[in-house]
Amino acid sequence: MWLIMTALAAVIVTAIWYIRAPEDKYKLGLLSLFFWGATLMWLVDHVMAYLTEGGEFFEINLDATLLGVAVIVLALFVWEIVLVVSDPKGALKRVLKGQRLS
Amino acid sequence: MACFLVPMGEAIVTTVVQKVVENKEKKVGKEKTTNTGLSWSRKLSWLNKMLWGGTALLALEHVWHGEVVPWPPFLAAMENPADVAPMLHEIATIGVAMAITVTVVWAIMILVAERRAKAVPKVKESPVSGGA
Repeated sequence: MWLIMTALAAVIVTAIWYIRAPEDKYKLGLLSLFFWGATLMWLVDHVMAYLTEGGEFFEINLDATLLGVAVIVLALFVWEIVLVVSDPKGALKRVLKGQRLS
Repeated sequence: MACFLVPMGEAIVTTVVQKVVENKEKKVGKEKTTNTGLSWSRKLSWLNKMLWGGTALLALEHVWHGEVVPWPPFLAAMENPADVAPMLHEIATIGVAMAITVTVVWAIMILVAERRAKAVPKVKESPVSGGA
């Protein structure tokens, strides 16, 4: 399930990145590459496990769904950290400056 | 069990390579190493992002499944000698396959990007028009 959810996130983020391209102020390219990297790795993992062990290709249950949500949350968290640290909008700078002035 | 260690190892190497290439490009004073406008440091950054992103998310999955633990030796399989051989086998097969797949997809991305960039006609800069 987490493979499907990560692949879906990768497709959606890539579409949003493409709509806004060539501008990538909010580093959506980074987020989409994060998701694509994980999607490819899990795809290989699932294919190899299916070929060697058999069984179901997709694990669809509550635990797998929660893991999918956790994976997306982690990717978004890392992306937001990068965004806040790089501060492309200058918002953090303005907030800190405003606090110093008041 | 610990298949993400192979892409992680590759990510460490490619990150170092990217930094070295970036410094070389700065020294030479040319951002563009090819006539298509894509520098090698930029191309390598795409690979790094895919590898690090995949590694981080796979690490979470391994923590979720109890295969990675927060105490030494960090890999649950290392606690039982009988699990070490299957773990190494998994690293050698699935881990290597993951790293190769991501690298091949990245190589295809580079080829497509280079080809697309070459297809774009060059605009001659004119002092009157400002290159527009």
